[in-house]
Amino acid sequence: MDIFKAFWVGGIICVIGQILIDKTKLQPGRILVMYVCIGCVLGALGLYKPLVDYAGAGATVPLTGFGYNLAKGVIEEVDSSGFLGIFTGGLKAAAGGISGAVAFSWLAAVFFEPKGK
Amino acid sequence: MVQKASPDSPIIMDCVKAFVSGGIICSIGQMLRNYFTGQGLSQDDTGLAVSLILIASAVLLTGLGLFGKIGKFCGAGTIVPITGFANSVASPAIEFKKEGWVFGLGAKMFQVAGPVIVYGTVTSIFVGIIYYLAKLVM
Amino acid sequence: MIKKRLGRHTVKLDNPVYIASAASIAGKKESEGPLGELFDITLGDDKFGESTWEKAESRIVAENMQLAIKKASMTASDIDYCITGDLLNQITASVFGIKGIKIPFVGVYGACSTMGEAMGLGAMLIDGGFAENVLVGASSHFCAAEKQFRAPLGMGSQRPPTSTWTTTGDGAVVLTKNGNDSMPFITEVMTGDIVDMNIKDPNNMGAAMAPAAAELMMSYFKETKRDPEYFDVIATGDLGYTGKTLVTELLAAEGWALDSRYTDCGTEIFDKDSQDTHSGGSGCACSALVFTAKYYKLLSEGKIKKMLFMPTGALMSPTSSQQGESIPGIAHGVVIESRCCNGHI
Repeated sequence: MDIFKAFWVGGIICVIGQILIDKTKLQPGRILVMYVCIGCVLGALGLYKPLVDYAGAGATVPLTGFGYNLAKGVIEEVDSSGFLGIFTGGLKAAAGGISGAVAFSWLAAVFFEPKGK
Repeated sequence: MVQKASPDSPIIMDCVKAFVSGGIICSIGQMLRNYFTGQGLSQDDTGLAVSLILIASAVLLTGLGLFGKIGKFCGAGTIVPITGFANSVASPAIEFKKEGWVFGLGAKMFQVAGPVIVYGTVTSIFVGIIYYLAKLVM
Repeated sequence: MIKKRLGRHTVKLDNPVYIASAASIAGKKESEGPLGELFDITLGDDKFGESTWEKAESRIVAENMQLAIKKASMTASDIDYCITGDLLNQITASVFGIKGIKIPFVGVYGACSTMGEAMGLGAMLIDGGFAENVLVGASSHFCAAEKQFRAPLGMGSQRPPTSTWTTTGDGAVVLTKNGNDSMPFITEVMTGDIVDMNIKDPNNMGAAMAPAAAELMMSYFKETKRDPEYFDVIATGDLGYTGKTLVTELLAAEGWALDSRYTDCGTEIFDKDSQDTHSGGSGCACSALVFTAKYYKLLSEGKIKKMLFMPTGALMSPTSSQQGESIPGIAHGVVIESRCCNGHI
C-alpha cells in the first residue's frame, strides 16, 4: 500500500514539472531550482512533513524532498547549536547526497567516455 | 506568427510518461526505504541510504550512455527525482574530463546542478535566520 | 552606384565564377538520412578515431578540404585563398583542420550561414581579380556544438519540437576563374544584414532566422527585378520545418508566392519521421552538405539550371542568451546557374 502511495504522489510531483517544461519556456535547470526552494519553504512551514508521512519516498525522492531535508536540517541545527546552526544546518543535511553525487560522478568520469548520440 | 508555426509538445502523452516513470522511481525508493527501516536504520540514515543508491544508479546509467535515452522518454519523470540531480553532475564530469581533471572535470562538474545547491543553501539560510529570530521572539 | 552593385544587398559578377568541385564528409546520423548515399565519405562513428569531438571536427575539415582540392584536379599550391568557418569558439575546428594545408586563410563566422557567406566572398575575390582559385567550406559537429552551446551530452533532458539537430560534417567547394560549361557557376552574390525580431528562445532557431532569410530574399527579388519563378530551386539553410513555414508566410504577406521549388536544407538532411530530429537539421554543415552532396550534382548534370542558395545563421552565444539578449539572424546567398548538357547557351 505504501508503495502505491509513493507511486502516485511522486508521479504527480513529476507531472507538475512536465507541465512546466512543456507549457513554459522554463529550462529544466530553473525548474529544479524552483523545486528545491519550494520544498525548503514548505518544509520550514511544516507543510511538507505531512506529505512525507503519507507518501514516504513519493515525497522524499523528488527534489522537493531535498529542499525539505535542507529545511529540516537547518531547524534542527538552530535548535541544537543556536545562531551558527543557520550556516551549518542545511549543507550538513545535504552532505551525504552531495558527496555521493561528487564521488560517484568522479569515478564515472574515470571509467567512462562521453558517448555520442 | 511564430507561435502559430511552432508546434507544441504532445503534452498529455508527456505527462503520462512523466507520471509513470516518476512514480516508478519513487516506488523503488519506497521499497528501499522499507528495507532499510526493516534493517533497523533511523529515519535520517534510511533517507541517505536511499538517496545514495538512487544517485549511484543514475550516475552509472549516465556513464553507460543510457540515461540520456531514458530521460528523453521520461522527461520530468527522471529529472525531478534525485536521479536528475545525479545525472546533471555526472554528465558534465564525464564530458569535460577532456579539458583536464582540474579545469575541466573539476571546475565544470556543477555547471548544471550548481544553482540547485546555491539556491537550496541560500533558502535554507533564510529559513534558519527567520526560525532563529522567531525563536528569540517567542 | 558601382557597376557591379545591383542594390544594397546584391552584386552581379562580371564573369562566371565556376564551381570546379564539391566534397562532403558526413556523420553517422546524416549517413542514415535521405541523402546518405550521396556523401563522398560517411563516418561510422562521430569520433572519427580522435579523442575529443573537437579534434574529430578538425579532422573532418582537414580531410574534406584535401578531397575538394583533389577532386578539382589541383594541389594546395594552386589555391589562392581558403575561406571557412564553423560553430566553435574562435572557429577552432577550422583553424586546427586547415593549419596543415598551407593556404592563405580567411576565417569567417556566420553561424549556419557560413557556407553562403564563404562562397559569396570567394566568388567576389575571384571576380575582383584577386584570385584564380578559392577553397571554401563550412563544418559543424553535433557533440561539440551541444557541449558548447547547450548541455553535456549525457544529460537526460527533452528537446522541444521546435528544436533542430546540429549536423555533423563538412562541405567544401573549389571556386575557380578558369572553368568550363560542364561546371555550375556563380553569377550573383547576396549579403544580408543582421535582422533581429526579438526572438529569445534558443530552442526555436528557425523562428529567429526566418526573418533574415525572408528579408534578403525579398531584397534580392526587388534589386534584380526577378521573382521566385526565375529559379528551379530556392534553398534556405537550417530553418527547419518551423522556419520554412515562417519564410513562406512572410513572403506571402508581401505578395511573393513560394511554391514547391522552395526547400530548406534543414528539412532535407534528416528524415523527420524516423530520425527524431524534431524541426530538422542545423549547423554550418547542414547547408554545406546538402549543397555539395545533392545540389552540386543536380546542377552539374543540368537537371537544375538556376538555383538560389541562401543559408541562414543565428548569431548568438551562450553568454548573450543568458544575459537576456535576443537571437538576431543573418542570411547570405549566391545564385548558381548551369549551362550543362543541353547544347545551347
